[in-house]
Amino acid sequence: MFAFCTDPGTLDGLAWFACYLTTGKHLAFYGAFGTVLLLLAITAPAALLLGFGGAVAARSRIPPVSWIGKAYIAIVRGVPDIAFFLFFVIALDQGFEWIRHKIRCPDWDQPIRQGSDFIVCAEAKLPLSTAPQWVHETYGFLVAVLTFAIVFGAFAANVLYGAMRAVPRAQVETAEAYGLTRSQTFRRIIVPQMWVYALPGLSNLWMVLIKATPLLFLLGVEDIVYWARDLGGTKTPQFTDYPHGDWRMWYFLALLVFYLAFTKLSETVLDRLMTRLTRGQATLAGEAQRKAGA
Amino acid sequence: MSCWETLADYGLRSLGIGERLLPRSDFTLCQQVVLIGSGMIWNIYFGTLALLSGFFLATAVAVGKAARNPFARKASEWFILIFRGSPLFIQFFFAYFVFLSLKSSYPFFDPFTSAWLGALIVLFLNTAAYSGEIFYGALLSVPKGDLEAADAYGLTGWTRFRRITWPTMLRLAWPAYTNEAIFLFHATALVFFSGFPTRQQKGDALYYASYFADKTFNPFVPYPILAGYFILLTLTIIGIFGLANRRLNRHLPQARRGRLKLRMNLIR
Repeated sequence: MFAFCTDPGTLDGLAWFACYLTTGKHLAFYGAFGTVLLLLAITAPAALLLGFGGAVAARSRIPPVSWIGKAYIAIVRGVPDIAFFLFFVIALDQGFEWIRHKIRCPDWDQPIRQGSDFIVCAEAKLPLSTAPQWVHETYGFLVAVLTFAIVFGAFAANVLYGAMRAVPRAQVETAEAYGLTRSQTFRRIIVPQMWVYALPGLSNLWMVLIKATPLLFLLGVEDIVYWARDLGGTKTPQFTDYPHGDWRMWYFLALLVFYLAFTKLSETVLDRLMTRLTRGQATLAGEAQRKAGA
Repeated sequence: MSCWETLADYGLRSLGIGERLLPRSDFTLCQQVVLIGSGMIWNIYFGTLALLSGFFLATAVAVGKAARNPFARKASEWFILIFRGSPLFIQFFFAYFVFLSLKSSYPFFDPFTSAWLGALIVLFLNTAAYSGEIFYGALLSVPKGDLEAADAYGLTGWTRFRRITWPTMLRLAWPAYTNEAIFLFHATALVFFSGFPTRQQKGDALYYASYFADKTFNPFVPYPILAGYFILLTLTIIGIFGLANRRLNRHLPQARRGRLKLRMNLIR
């Protein structure tokens, strides 16, 4: 990185650290923080969307649709989430390959499950075995994102379902008195008002989502936990220009601080957002704000 | 091999008793049910001990956070912030490597690098922080009238805390504390995936479930079995905590007794 880093053996003190912390692997480690943020940036809206779908389905007047919605909400409870992560990663992967297998190789006559093997034709493999490395990594990341979105979508569906029911009954009755149809009431009255009821639940969910991101490591993505273990391990002079002892403790301390700072920051931002959304709402907090302003 | 033999061979496998080798091929449903069930012993061990020991520290932390003394208050606040603000997964890793480096200088820390003690300490501190926050919230909502009545009866200091404040705090916190307990048992599944090594394949339920999923490449059998066990465990916890809830509420008129309303929690 720096010009004086050409011969690390001669360096000491700060200069050594400046060079050590800018090696290629460390840059990959810093990039992995980007992976975590990217995961959050994709998963949060995806989970919200799935959650919204689930909540709408659970509210539906058609029984089978409402059953599906309610089952989706109920299914992720009572079981450790990490089991879901480990389950969905394999299940989704096999599901995709099975679908592609059915489409690409219709005249394949052997069974797919042979004892302990899961065999699909070569064209149905995901990603194709000829694909370059980055395709494999991206695919792994996308499966992880989808898994996160499915699990957190169920949690979000639960929050949104409750929030939709928390909109004061009088508001809905007024809408009916004005002759709004059911879908109009939903779009113009319920959805705009439900957010203030949903926000405490959703912000809790956001905190939980942040704290779930290190589980990416278990899903086989090269994330910050992977790099912290890799970089922190004892390095001997034979394999690296920067030999050091077992520093994994310090790397994980850094991760701990990162997560603490991140949750603290989120808390502040969400508090502001809550204040903003409460403005003009017919709730206790909204009333308090109105009085304070007047 | 009949299912009874499998039970005799693998029933206590997670403790290292019975057959040494895990099944390697031709996995039967019975083997999966027995081994995953055997792993549940560890989940119950971690959950129960952490919950029991964490309960006392949680009370101390809650009282500390509500105290006037700034040192007690700041210490409790930081404790809660650190353990609630960071992922349990990272806490496990961090604790494991701390114990590992301590072990190299002091042999005393040798057992701390094994899951049975090291992970238990992390879970203990973690649940103490979460329950401490719950108890703190309950402590603030102890009715003023109760405390005034205690004053009128001449109860002070420790007696007042033990007879009035503490039982009321527990009563108010109980539904949330039940959630925390369920949530803690779920969190025990993380132990063997986070640095702490499994020796001689003595692992918890999730460890065996993922072992079978890896070997058979079929997640649709072991994970539902695991889910079944955890649902049973959850129902048991709800039952036990429901009994405690009845006892805590027994002095209230029937109509005001709160039934336990459960809101499942997620990941920590």
